Amino acid sequence: MLKSSFLKAVAATALTVSTWASAHAVDLQFYFPVAVGGSAAETIQELTAEYVAQNPDVNIDAVYAGSYQDTVAKAITASRGGNPPQLSVILSVDMFTLIDEDLIVSFDDYLTSEEDKEWLNGFYQAFMENSQTDGKTYGIPFQRSTPVLYWNKEAFKEAGLDPDVAPATWDEMVEFGKKLTKKDDSGNVTQWGVRIPSSGFPYWLFQGLAIENGVILANSEGNQTNFDDPKAVEALQYLVDLSTKYEVMAPGIIEWGATPKAFFEGQTAMMWTSTGNLTNVRDNAPFEFGVAMLPEKVQRGAPTGGGNFYLFKGGSDEQNQAAVDFVKWITAPEQSAKWTMATGYVAPRPETWETETMKQYVEGFPAVLVARDQLQYAKAELSTYQNQRVTGIFNDALAAAITGTKTPEEALKEAQQQADAILTEYR
Amino acid sequence: MNSMGQTFDRFLNTLAAWALALIWILPLAYAVWTAIHPAAYEARFELFAPLTYDNFVKAWEAAPFARYFLNTFILVTMILACQFFLCTLAAYAFARFEFPGRNVLFALVLLQLLVMPDILIVENYKTMRLLDLVDTIPAIALPYVASGFGIFLLRQTFKTIPKELDEAARIEGSSFLGVLWRVYIPLAKPTYLAYGLVSVSHHWNNFLWPLIVTNSVETRPVTVGLSVFSAIDSGIEWSVINAATLITSGPLLIAFLLFQRQFVQSFMRAGIK
Amino acid sequence: MIKREWIYGWLLLLPAMVFLFAFTHIPAITTLINSFYSTPRGRRPAKFLGVDNYERMLADPVFWKVLWNNLWFAIGTIPVSVGLAILMALWVNDRLAGRGFVRMAYFTPTVLPLIAVANIWLFFYTPGFGLFDQITGFLFGWSASNYLGNPETALNAVIVVTVWKEAGFFMIFYLAALQAIPVSLKEAAQIEGAGRWIIFWRITFPLLMPTTLFVSVNAVINSFRLVDHIFILTDGGPDNASSLLLFYIYETAFRFWETGYAATLTVALLVLLSLLAIGQFFFFDRKVHYK
Repeated sequence: MLKSSFLKAVAATALTVSTWASAHAVDLQFYFPVAVGGSAAETIQELTAEYVAQNPDVNIDAVYAGSYQDTVAKAITASRGGNPPQLSVILSVDMFTLIDEDLIVSFDDYLTSEEDKEWLNGFYQAFMENSQTDGKTYGIPFQRSTPVLYWNKEAFKEAGLDPDVAPATWDEMVEFGKKLTKKDDSGNVTQWGVRIPSSGFPYWLFQGLAIENGVILANSEGNQTNFDDPKAVEALQYLVDLSTKYEVMAPGIIEWGATPKAFFEGQTAMMWTSTGNLTNVRDNAPFEFGVAMLPEKVQRGAPTGGGNFYLFKGGSDEQNQAAVDFVKWITAPEQSAKWTMATGYVAPRPETWETETMKQYVEGFPAVLVARDQLQYAKAELSTYQNQRVTGIFNDALAAAITGTKTPEEALKEAQQQADAILTEYR
Repeated sequence: MNSMGQTFDRFLNTLAAWALALIWILPLAYAVWTAIHPAAYEARFELFAPLTYDNFVKAWEAAPFARYFLNTFILVTMILACQFFLCTLAAYAFARFEFPGRNVLFALVLLQLLVMPDILIVENYKTMRLLDLVDTIPAIALPYVASGFGIFLLRQTFKTIPKELDEAARIEGSSFLGVLWRVYIPLAKPTYLAYGLVSVSHHWNNFLWPLIVTNSVETRPVTVGLSVFSAIDSGIEWSVINAATLITSGPLLIAFLLFQRQFVQSFMRAGIK
Repeated sequence: MIKREWIYGWLLLLPAMVFLFAFTHIPAITTLINSFYSTPRGRRPAKFLGVDNYERMLADPVFWKVLWNNLWFAIGTIPVSVGLAILMALWVNDRLAGRGFVRMAYFTPTVLPLIAVANIWLFFYTPGFGLFDQITGFLFGWSASNYLGNPETALNAVIVVTVWKEAGFFMIFYLAALQAIPVSLKEAAQIEGAGRWIIFWRITFPLLMPTTLFVSVNAVINSFRLVDHIFILTDGGPDNASSLLLFYIYETAFRFWETGYAATLTVALLVLLSLLAIGQFFFFDRKVHYK
């Protein structure tokens, strides 16, 4: 607290001095969302203040803009109103939407030297998949995450399972789940085997299953989906079966926000959720827990998620260059390490993991490595033109199958037809 | 026999009224429970759970609530002052003046009961850009200052005021504005109080429009500050959210508790019928 | 001949009308105009579509679903919240033990922000460890119920929260009206030997009619307007089972960025609301004489 106030004071002083000293200071406005609890917003403000203090010729107005949804809404509304921010962190999957709206410029014009290109290659490939299209880079990974499996070691012990071994395959997850599902005398379930939340945006975790079963849900041009691929249908069938056939997961739509709490309360022995929860689980789980990669079917797999930096249209070259410099600075190892430790997001560059700060952190908390190691199997997140709408259709289809109003095949076929109708004009 | 029946009837009614009251206050009670206990007791209701004020500290530190309070205070005051001014004049016109277009204009006013500014966010944002007011407190306030509800309410009240009083004041030489000031406004005090309560609680709790039109700590009201805690990625922290809820609604709750009687009586005297 | 009174009337109205036009009527008209155009995207300007958006709306299954949901939502919220409001007002108006507390309890939902209390209700509804499941499990040994995650119950769960939010607010209006009913009427009826029930139906309820009309106009409008809690409780799901018209408009405009189609949906909402509420008002204005 004290440190942050100090930094803010330094920044404020620096700001005053710099406005006074240099008439040519570059002004940047930068929107950011917060999707994890704790000190995410404060950390961004602190880092920004630190940067401004080091670079008196730049003024950065970091605006906390609400959730991801709020931020993209705000950025689009502001741009339409002729007042775009120069820089914003927005979901990586909104790339095509932002291109379609003609709101962003690619980073390539400001990353021309060899060194810059080297820097660009220094990000994990899985994260870059949602950041590039048509050979251009529109997003720089920043607050990125990936889902992992958390398990309750005590529950495993009680069920006669090895508390240190998580299920590695789909079949194992069912098998373990059956042993972990507990019922009371009247037949009511008191502990479920596994919990894969499905409220709001079921597509995200479902992609884990889809990728594991060997299907990617959209192409990299963002104009073709594979919703009704037999492998996708099979993956959805498995998700539905977890509740209906194997009875190891609660039926119906499962709430995201309540998932960690359900885990802490012993309502479920395993849960799938974002790495963004690591700190939360470590601080609040009243039992020993483990973190593992998602189980495999034909291969390991996981989607990526979270936000990228985007460069908005309308800034001067000077502003854009300054924005790019800021992005480089904030994704550099030391800053990135600070960010990862404060939030639980996966550091997007391998070199961050080599810093002393990070090494110490990992030593005290090895679970964070699971997410990093899973990245080699991770694939792009579902992202297309008119992304929110296409994803919305897909979410509705998944919800319909999960709640049993449609069969997986029907639901996905319809979703594919609807998506095709929207995406034809982009082919 | 009859009197016993009545006593029993009274007892049942009291019981039912209390049962409903307990259900109604449950969310607030739960908010208090989670806010003063550690997170582990969010779903466990043990009588002797340890008490803590950590959640309030956490919530308070997570956002500059003092500043948000000030913003909200300025906002609701501004809205209320403008609403009183604009609605009084308009209601007076509708209640006591005959002029061409009155019914059409009144219908247009009522239309605003339906077409809440909340529905027209995109268009209104464009307007604010045009006026260069984005990220200012007036920008949050402006779409709400001419309130159809307020005009309607005051018109109803003004209509109940006997014409004789109006005429008597005129005979004594008051101008039409003088009559408004000396006769109508004093007699409508309860309506102003009642409407003021509704308006303040509405705008204290309004969320969507302020979120869109504000960008900085200097302009944001408390509800937008509160949205920090609905962060879904890391699960819902009910203890901190509820502490923040209590902090943000606290002033209104306390004001209502203190002035309960006056508020309700003002509604009674406002005679909205 | 322009009369002096006319000018006063117009002048008094002028300031309010300026704001009303600037932030309600003109934007509403531009919305109507936009409903005939395609959504402008950065790379493609808006083009005139005629009634294409309207045809699309009529063929859109989600539109019909949310319209149907909204109807059910209105039927579920309006009578219950108005009925409860009357009941609450009668109770609180009576000499009841602990009246102050009861009155405060009924009124709290009006003071608490909906986005915040939605989180509390989310906990109440949570399967397993949620408050309702803890209570039903303890009392009746019921198994966990997924109120929000089941298309059959999700909308009803949202309705309950809405009723909770609205009833106490409406109660205040009834309380005001009850106070205005002369005690002598009730006493006269009591002397005639009328019971509480008869007094209510023969005297109180008819005299409350104007308030009922006013409150029900508000309730109708709210049933098309209150969506804050849906964002947190269900996000419209599962598969749009708890989505309402305004929520769908929000989704279309601010998630799918189809402002053209959203304008069309908004026009549909406005037409619906106008018909309902203006009809209601003029009907009442004629039937019930405001003094």
